[in-house]
Amino acid sequence: MTKQAEIVKQKVSCFHCGDQCVTQTNHDDHTFCCVGCKNVYELLSSNNLCSYYDIENTPGVTQRNPVLASAFAYLDDEKVAQQLLQYCDDKIAKVTFFIPTMHCSSCIWLLENLYKINPHVSLAKVNFLKKELHISFNPKETGLRQIVTLLSSLGYEPAISLNDLEKNVKKDENRKLSYQIGVAGFCFGNIMLISFPEYFGLDTFTKGSFSKLFGYINLVLSLPVFFFSAQDYFKAAWGGIKKKFISIDVPLALGILVMFTRSTYEVISGHGIGWFDTHAGLVFFLLIGKWFQQKTFDTLSFERDYKSYFPVAVTVIKDKQEITVPVTALAIGDRIKIRNNELIPADSILLNGDAQVDFSFVTGESDPVKKVVGEIIYAGGRQKGATIELEVSKKVSQSYLTQLWNNETFAKNATSSIQSFQQVVSKYFTIALLIVAFGSAAFWLMVNPSLSLNAFTAVLIIACPCALALSSPFALGTAMRVLGRNKFYIKSPAVVEQMAHMDTMVFDKTGTLTQPSASSIVYYGQPLTVNQLQIIAAVVSQSIHPLSQKIKTYLGTQNTPAVTAYTETAGKGIEAEVNGVKVLVGSRSFVGADVHNNANNLATRVYIKINQKLIGYFEMEQGYRKGLNEVLSQLNPNFKQYLLSGDNDKERNNLKVYFKHDENMLFNQTPADKLNFIQNLQQQHKKVVMIGDGLNDAGALKAAHVGISVTENTAHFSPASDVIMDAEVFSNFPKYFGFAKNTLKVIHISFIISLIYNIVGLSFAVQGTLSPLFAAVLMPISSVTVIAFTTLTTTFFAKKGGLQ
Amino acid sequence: MSVMFILIGCSFLLAIGFLGAFIWSVRSGQMDDDYTPSVRILFDDIKPKTETTNTTNNKSTTDTN
Repeated sequence: MTKQAEIVKQKVSCFHCGDQCVTQTNHDDHTFCCVGCKNVYELLSSNNLCSYYDIENTPGVTQRNPVLASAFAYLDDEKVAQQLLQYCDDKIAKVTFFIPTMHCSSCIWLLENLYKINPHVSLAKVNFLKKELHISFNPKETGLRQIVTLLSSLGYEPAISLNDLEKNVKKDENRKLSYQIGVAGFCFGNIMLISFPEYFGLDTFTKGSFSKLFGYINLVLSLPVFFFSAQDYFKAAWGGIKKKFISIDVPLALGILVMFTRSTYEVISGHGIGWFDTHAGLVFFLLIGKWFQQKTFDTLSFERDYKSYFPVAVTVIKDKQEITVPVTALAIGDRIKIRNNELIPADSILLNGDAQVDFSFVTGESDPVKKVVGEIIYAGGRQKGATIELEVSKKVSQSYLTQLWNNETFAKNATSSIQSFQQVVSKYFTIALLIVAFGSAAFWLMVNPSLSLNAFTAVLIIACPCALALSSPFALGTAMRVLGRNKFYIKSPAVVEQMAHMDTMVFDKTGTLTQPSASSIVYYGQPLTVNQLQIIAAVVSQSIHPLSQKIKTYLGTQNTPAVTAYTETAGKGIEAEVNGVKVLVGSRSFVGADVHNNANNLATRVYIKINQKLIGYFEMEQGYRKGLNEVLSQLNPNFKQYLLSGDNDKERNNLKVYFKHDENMLFNQTPADKLNFIQNLQQQHKKVVMIGDGLNDAGALKAAHVGISVTENTAHFSPASDVIMDAEVFSNFPKYFGFAKNTLKVIHISFIISLIYNIVGLSFAVQGTLSPLFAAVLMPISSVTVIAFTTLTTTFFAKKGGLQ
Repeated sequence: MSVMFILIGCSFLLAIGFLGAFIWSVRSGQMDDDYTPSVRILFDDIKPKTETTNTTNNKSTTDTN
């Protein structure tokens, strides 16, 4: 209590980072929380860059835990530098960094003015959504290491990981779609314009002199649409047929092909003007749908494996000298040095030093674990505190954790076993379409052979399932945006549909159901005197029980009196004597407290009795996420729930309330066990959702139909998964699945709507009387109504489901 | 009516010009980042360093903001 009051007294915040100043450092009338922040300010003010503080208030990143300059020594390595640089010659070198701490417009301003501090930087350009910084510099005057050191001294340490060394440039994919849309839109507009005289019969005034010219212009304008913009549909359809699989692309490609060839024939033979406008419009709308569906969340990466988190290089001690070695070249028996906040890249044995390892990447729990000399420390842990030395016992790729990626699950490309509604429908649709087309051709062959080919092609043209092809992209794309606004980020729209089919949920415990190191302590009861506080602190500091340790950290007093008598009963509590005062610390039954039994059964309480008198209790939230109770009970009717934990089963009884049976809860699971468990469920034809957070869940997340990784900070860490969920919306979790079900309903209804359009069109087509004007009106109307319907109803369901 | 041929030709030239502008904008990366430029345009030019200390400089600008 007293401790809280102390902190509230002074409320001075740092001019640089806005954090509360515990100790103050002053400079230029400004207050700074630490020397690091002050140094940044001095650096900026000496370079006349103080506008940084005008754009946003306290824009800085705290410098209380500065990165050692020596940490970037590996960037001097020629090989490493070559792999990081995108381009390099004598005069200019280009590099792109990912900077996770970038967060406001001041950041953009400062990073883009980097050349003011380091004049050898010729260009610095920020892509804020991707948190990327593109830098061009003069490699003769400055180096990667200097730039990275400068950035990190400003608080913008670039995240350079093992993954960055394996270059993958896939930028052009998106640009190609932009070109295709541009070209299709251009041709569509102009063809429409050129076709107007024909629609309104204006050509009779000019005695048909323009008709022929306009026909040829349309033909020329259609060529780029057919050969460039629409090419992906032909490729996709052909690829599907080769694999004996009929996708929606088959009737689309067929429609586009028939439309183009018949129109070309009509123009050249002088019969009419053809369906060029419908053709271009169709392709344009389809591409828009594709673009809408393709738009993803730029800042998030859904494909991360351990390489995205492991460092590029590590310090190795060889012949009493420290050298920097790329982690891929680490050999068994190497002696490595790990400093504060560095990651342990391979399973190794602790040789010396005080190891406090934070395994939050692996398990999700960020409370550091103490390791003693001689113990094996698994890769993926982050050292907190002093520098330690280790001996590598396994290669990086063969470590306990990383060998998970050798599993075949990671080798195959993620194609889901659940077929989407569109895939199922398009098979039957195509077959029905071909039957109708050939049927009408055969019918006219008997009645009036001259109309036969007309009817056949007209059916394929009008039945081209444009509206059908658009309904899924727009419904799922809208759903994806809605979920994104609700901090539930989906890798691709198809995942929304998958979510609607799920029936089993598997949860990880640490970091997923529990909040990392959130175990907050609150004291209830009579206010403690200083004397009592010291007595309790003295007693609990004798015990190594985790709860005692937590209370000890909470109380934090130093002058503790001596404890005279001390007995600890395992699992119950402590009985002790301090200065002749009898103290009982422990569970309710142990202390003999007869107090209120209110419902919060997830909280653990430690009761205090001094001199036979109950004083109060410490309540520890075990760090289960808020609303866990509601989430699990809301999901209960629709989902079978399992728990997979890498921890021991000390929480078994607390969790049994939710998971009902012991066989639904598995403890002491290795990463590979988790993966196998999911695969077993799938073999029983269960549709499995895995909800996890650490790298140890990576296998299970990958194997599950829908893998959801929960993260405290979306910019920081999440293993490869289908969905990245911000931890703060955990309580909304069941709503998202309800919404996915409704979205699927929208797709079903819009399918019926587009089918009605098709039937109306077909009824004309089979008679062989399909005018180009009719097609030109029907196609855009059906497309626009389907787009409007799906977007509006999906948004409506989102509102109804309580989403933003 | 033969003037129509010239008009059609002109209108196409114009339209192709716009298509070319679009392709150029995609190629030069303008479509890659649709957020940062909107922030960047609001930044003021850096004031030349004056004899007065930075602190007074800061205060005056914060006030006007």
